[in-house]
Amino acid sequence: MCGNDACGEGAMLAGCTFYAGYPITPQNELTAYMAKRMVDTGGTFIQAESELAAINMVLGASAAGFRAMTSSSSPGISLKQEGISYMAGCELPGVIVNIQRGGPGLGNIAPSQGDYFQAVKGGGHGDYKVIVLAPDSAQELLDHTSLAFDLSDKYRNPALILGDGLLGQMMEPVEIRTQSPGNDIKSKPWALTGCAGRKPNIIKSLLLGDGALEAHNIKLQQKYKTIKDAEVRVEITNSKDSDIMVVAYGSAARISKAAVMKARAKGIKAGLIRPITLWPFPENTVSEIANKVKKFLVVEMSAGQMVEDVRLAVCGKARVDFYGRMGGGIPTEDEILAQIEHAAKS
Amino acid sequence: MQPRVRSRKLGAKKGKKIKAKIIKPDGANRVFARPATLRDIDNHYCAGCGHGIIHRLICEVIDELGIREKVIAIAPVGCAVIAYDYWDFDVTEAPHGRTPAVATGIKRTRPNNIVFTYQGDGDLAAIGTAETIHAANRGENITIIFVNNGVYGMTGGQMAPTTLAGQKTATTVYGRSLRREGYPIRMLEILAPLPGARYLERVSVHSAHETLRAKRAIMKAFKTQVDGKGFSMVEVLSMCPTYWGMSPVKAAERIRSDVATFYPLGVVKTY
Amino acid sequence: MKVVKVKKPSGKIKIIKDRCKGCYLCIVNCPNGRIKIAEDLNIKGVKPAVFSPGNCTGCAMCAVICPECIIEVYR
Repeated sequence: MCGNDACGEGAMLAGCTFYAGYPITPQNELTAYMAKRMVDTGGTFIQAESELAAINMVLGASAAGFRAMTSSSSPGISLKQEGISYMAGCELPGVIVNIQRGGPGLGNIAPSQGDYFQAVKGGGHGDYKVIVLAPDSAQELLDHTSLAFDLSDKYRNPALILGDGLLGQMMEPVEIRTQSPGNDIKSKPWALTGCAGRKPNIIKSLLLGDGALEAHNIKLQQKYKTIKDAEVRVEITNSKDSDIMVVAYGSAARISKAAVMKARAKGIKAGLIRPITLWPFPENTVSEIANKVKKFLVVEMSAGQMVEDVRLAVCGKARVDFYGRMGGGIPTEDEILAQIEHAAKS
Repeated sequence: MQPRVRSRKLGAKKGKKIKAKIIKPDGANRVFARPATLRDIDNHYCAGCGHGIIHRLICEVIDELGIREKVIAIAPVGCAVIAYDYWDFDVTEAPHGRTPAVATGIKRTRPNNIVFTYQGDGDLAAIGTAETIHAANRGENITIIFVNNGVYGMTGGQMAPTTLAGQKTATTVYGRSLRREGYPIRMLEILAPLPGARYLERVSVHSAHETLRAKRAIMKAFKTQVDGKGFSMVEVLSMCPTYWGMSPVKAAERIRSDVATFYPLGVVKTY
Repeated sequence: MKVVKVKKPSGKIKIIKDRCKGCYLCIVNCPNGRIKIAEDLNIKGVKPAVFSPGNCTGCAMCAVICPECIIEVYR
């Protein structure tokens, strides 16, 4: 199935019963997939009037205790930022899927990784984080979407799948394997179900009382620290004997992996760090590797966003080079190989 | 602590006793008290603001229908952003204008709950216009209570889409100019042609008489939802003495003489 | 036509003095002029509305219009 469909199936396997979305290329297959699957399974599908409305419908369904998802592509994700900030502030779970396209502005419909900052550094207002997963295949789109629901519920925080148009459109075989326990309304005593047999619940992020908002933020930061300690996921190839580590995620990682193999075949000791969680970023992993490896090459389909986090983690212990293609440009294996060779020599 | 209705059989057979259910806190019948669902605390609204009245009407209706444990309300941005402090049932916040979308998410996943929104001019008719129209157009089985006081109170009295021509506000210092600022919007009349909109009525709380009518309309709106009949919306003309720059009594009079002339009271659409 | 004798209702109200904000909507909605403005200030620094016994019928219009819901009516 195509990556977009696999993402939708991952949501269904995780017990998602509410989807709201708005058409935007290159994720329209996902919206259409959910349209059919929700009707088939008695869930709710709404083609909302806008991406703004869609994220807020997800907010409502999540507040009501259900697993809810929305998806879009870069410009539409910009529209959702306020809603995501509210969900983080209200501690509501929910999954947002960004199948990135070229930007800024209307850009184009080619794949891109220009929304890393938006996903990882905030995007919306205020001190919050969303859990960000970066799949590199249709299989991972399925698995990560399912995982995103579980993490989102576990931590009462929005989770975001950062895919791109290449992954969304590619057709690959996937294995349908159910690991998610699905929705458990009993684990959500805070949900709005109607106040029968309990005190009323209030879902809010407005805290005007003296010191109240600061206390709430401290609580959120402690939650983020817990997530950082427990949920980092990263895939490392050849770190033990490498002279140069390529760092990339998603489609860029997939192409980089092939380039690394080619480099090895040519006798260059190259490896790959593929962060799977972009937030929490595998900074400890990168930092440890930087104790021995003195050259890093970050490859992104952007002007250079994740490279900043790599530099922070490396903290001056090694040299960090960057190679990027912007505006929907996709690097080839040979381009990246040339960069690896260049970095290895200099 | 609910006011009990006295059942009185007028026109009964001659000589038949008139029955009445009696509560006697101090030897007399109490015929009006605070509804149970309206928390017994001071509210933050200005003197003479309509919110206090409308909050109470909603609670009376909810109590009389016995649906408190099913209600989920959405209180978005506006002077009533903290309405959840006054209501004893489940309530959520909503980002400004997105209220009917949040309501849709809740009602679609919880169709047996009673979902209502409580929105002001900006939330419903400015930033939230699309959400309002599309929730009505989809025929969502929710109830919208629209408090129309012709200004943005919470942020300091700026022009609203419902501000009248010539009305002075913080952003129409010399009075609203139709040429510069466009026309006041009658939202119910915009929604009326939509087949998904089932019950639309405009009422007011400027007098006790009109307030009783307002309550009947709110009751009908909630019943529309309880009976699964579709989208209902009650627009309530309300006083904002502070930003109209007049006393509460004069503000109430202004509704009667000016506001209700432009926004006619009555049923706009029914079934 | 049947004529039914009904006892003319006599009513009284209780206003929570210190929660009154002095909007006086109750005063203008009382058909019998049974509510007046107090001489002294309450804890909010306004002159609250006060009940002035007389021909109150317990119609409850004052309570219906009160935005603070601080009027109880007895009949």
